[in-house]
Amino acid sequence: MDLAYTPRQKAFREEVRAWLAANLPREPLASYDTREGFEQHREWESKLFDARLSMVIWPEALGGRGCDLIEWLIFEEEYYGAGAPMRVNQNGQLLLGPTLIEFGTEEQKARFLPRMASSEDMWAQGWSEPNAGSDMAAITSKAILSADGTHYVVNGQKTWSTRASFADWLFGLFRSDPGSSRHHGLSYLAVPLDAPGVTIRPIQALNGKQAFAEIFFDDVKVPVENRIGDEGQGWHVAMATAGFERGLLLRSPARFQYTARKLVELYKANRELADRDPSIRDAVIEAWTGTEAYALSAYHTVGRLAKGARIGAEASTNKIYWSELDLKMHETAMRILGPFAELTGDAPEAVEAARWLDGFLFAQAGPIYAGTNEIQRNIIAERMLGLPK
Amino acid sequence: MDFTFTDDQLTFREAVSRFLMTEAAPERLREIWDTDTGRSPELRKNIAEQGLTALSVPEDCGGLGMDDVAWALMTQELGYYALPDSLADAAYVAAGLITALPAGTASREEWLSRIAEGSIRIAVGHPVNPLVADANPANLLLLADGDAVHAVPREQVEVEANPSIDLSRRLARVRWTPAAATLIADGESGRALWAQTLNRGVLSAAGQLLGLAQRMLDLSVDYVAQRKQFGKSIGSFQAVKHHLADVATKIEFAKPVLYRAAYALAHGEAGVDARVSHAKLACGEAAWLAARHGIQVHGAMGYTWEVDLQMFMKRAWALDASWGDRGFHKARVADAILVEGAALGPGHTFEE
Ligand SMILES: Cc1cc2nc3c(=O)[nH]c(=O)nc-3n(C[C@H](O)[C@H](O)[C@H](O)COP(=O)(O)OP(=O)(O)OC[C@H]3O[C@@H](n4cnc5c(N)ncnc54)[C@H](O)[C@@H]3O)c2cc1C
Repeated sequence: MDLAYTPRQKAFREEVRAWLAANLPREPLASYDTREGFEQHREWESKLFDARLSMVIWPEALGGRGCDLIEWLIFEEEYYGAGAPMRVNQNGQLLLGPTLIEFGTEEQKARFLPRMASSEDMWAQGWSEPNAGSDMAAITSKAILSADGTHYVVNGQKTWSTRASFADWLFGLFRSDPGSSRHHGLSYLAVPLDAPGVTIRPIQALNGKQAFAEIFFDDVKVPVENRIGDEGQGWHVAMATAGFERGLLLRSPARFQYTARKLVELYKANRELADRDPSIRDAVIEAWTGTEAYALSAYHTVGRLAKGARIGAEASTNKIYWSELDLKMHETAMRILGPFAELTGDAPEAVEAARWLDGFLFAQAGPIYAGTNEIQRNIIAERMLGLPK
Repeated sequence: MDFTFTDDQLTFREAVSRFLMTEAAPERLREIWDTDTGRSPELRKNIAEQGLTALSVPEDCGGLGMDDVAWALMTQELGYYALPDSLADAAYVAAGLITALPAGTASREEWLSRIAEGSIRIAVGHPVNPLVADANPANLLLLADGDAVHAVPREQVEVEANPSIDLSRRLARVRWTPAAATLIADGESGRALWAQTLNRGVLSAAGQLLGLAQRMLDLSVDYVAQRKQFGKSIGSFQAVKHHLADVATKIEFAKPVLYRAAYALAHGEAGVDARVSHAKLACGEAAWLAARHGIQVHGAMGYTWEVDLQMFMKRAWALDASWGDRGFHKARVADAILVEGAALGPGHTFEE
């Protein structure tokens, strides 16, 4: 155990910090759940890409830095510590990206990854369907290979696809063997959202914005070159990279540590009122202890990965941990703000442009998306503790 | 940056675990609970023969010179087996205090050598604990008179036993009169010694609590896999699964907190108090949840004397408030994070 950063790690931190200080947008960007905000975020991503900071863990040839996971944690600390914008293309960059790196052909990597890193292509995920939520293996949307074997014909419906109203591409699972059931006979496809036969219907989320969408496929032709991994192996491809790294990449500790720091500041600024309810102080302390524990767990695990350890179902504890912590922190902020908590961003007396309210609403979704916390508990019990199905 | 243990450290931990598995099996624990003193000279002898009493003692006094980070692993094993012995009090907490005395302090080397060979029991009376653990069987007591540290022979103190629900814990009210002859440090250096001793005691309790949590989880997993109701094992019921998944999650996120605290202590970091208190809170909560959910999934069996779970629950309930209760530790964390200019948030997990 040696908890000092190396000179190289320190220099990288300094570089990222200096770059952010010089380049952060002066005004906060509009919400990326709006068309306007989405495009502002795209522009920001391209700036990050030009500095080769959008995907620091990718190899240099793909526009990254070849950083290891410790350097990546450092990047995240600087990024979120500076209050930089949310990552609008993270579903592509952090979920599809690693999948392509592992399963994609060279041609696919060259075609998709650089444009993903620069956010010229924005990606939406297509797993869920009206009758396939927690039970994802119940997918019925079909992709049938044409007689000449050049393309799939896709029919069916996906739903809850985050920011699909604005995105360029969708990746997801489709049933390519019509006689198959459950985890078999699924193929993993990349579908351009401007293809003929694709209809996107925005779904208004709790926050009033078009945060996700339903997508209808009506005889949509998808070239066979857009299949990632083998025909019928889609489930395997989707799951292979669903482990620890992906979970950690998607929700690195830094953004929660930033929220904790903001919460401590909010509490301190309103201490007199807040202390009338002693449980608030407790919750503020727990914001710090909880986010530190999450960060420590990340560093510990990253160190073990570097030494060749395999991380299995323990990863499911991450999802439960961060989502419940995030929710608790935002609930606490709402309680501190009291009668001002309900004010929306355009209210003249809104506190910090209603960032806590916005965060509170989004935090409600944390225990639901990316596999509900009930499902995660099932996984922990069955695969980590070995309890019977 | 490498926040992991070395292979040597992990191998050592495994060896300790194998040793305690037989030496401190639940049947042995029950036998020792039934004795008057609650301590087994034979067990202590075996522990000493394994060299476990010598871990913290500096090499020039016959020890292995291991640091707090190694003890973060060791104390988990002590907790896992609910060792019915106050080994960590002498071999870790007292050894740390005595080692920190200036070289040449009368008896320093003698005490350390005797700790290493396992021929002395030392009880530590830190003011945060109203009662002193193992005061009765001790040969020597380290006691506080304000900032002053006294090393008082057992004959010079009056001891009144206060039985605990955990029969492995032998607590006593200690009455004594400070004298010049027993004084080993005072003033600034006494204060510093007690502050360090407090953190070691806390870390020791935290590590044991974490080990206890893991043991109670393991016992519960075994039980629910084997117990059948409605024609299947109760471990297949989701309510039962989720109880235990929550315990596993708590444990998972308490471990690295313990390790971070141990490192801060070993390296004398400025923010050590908050780190150590955080570890105690995290490990204590994990242990209490493991006890509560553990007894729940055992049904009435968990409420019996016969089933082993009770011994681990009782240790967990007791240790949670030893070396400072949750209020004490929350206050120390609050002191660190609510002060003006506190280094919080991303990037401050390892650097101020
Ligand atoms: C903000 C947000 C963004 C999302 N983005 C996307 C996206 O980009 N792409 C995409 O494909 N999907 C997305 N989703 C959908 C998400 O993956 C699903 O909501 C999730 O998988 C749960 O499915 P469901 O909503 O159908 O709930 P259901 O599966 O109907 O679950 C309802 C309740 O029943 C419980 N339940 C169900 N089965 C079990 C079981 N076996 N054991 C115990 N409890 C059970 C659940 O835990 C939950 O509490 C998003 C969702 C949200 C909220």
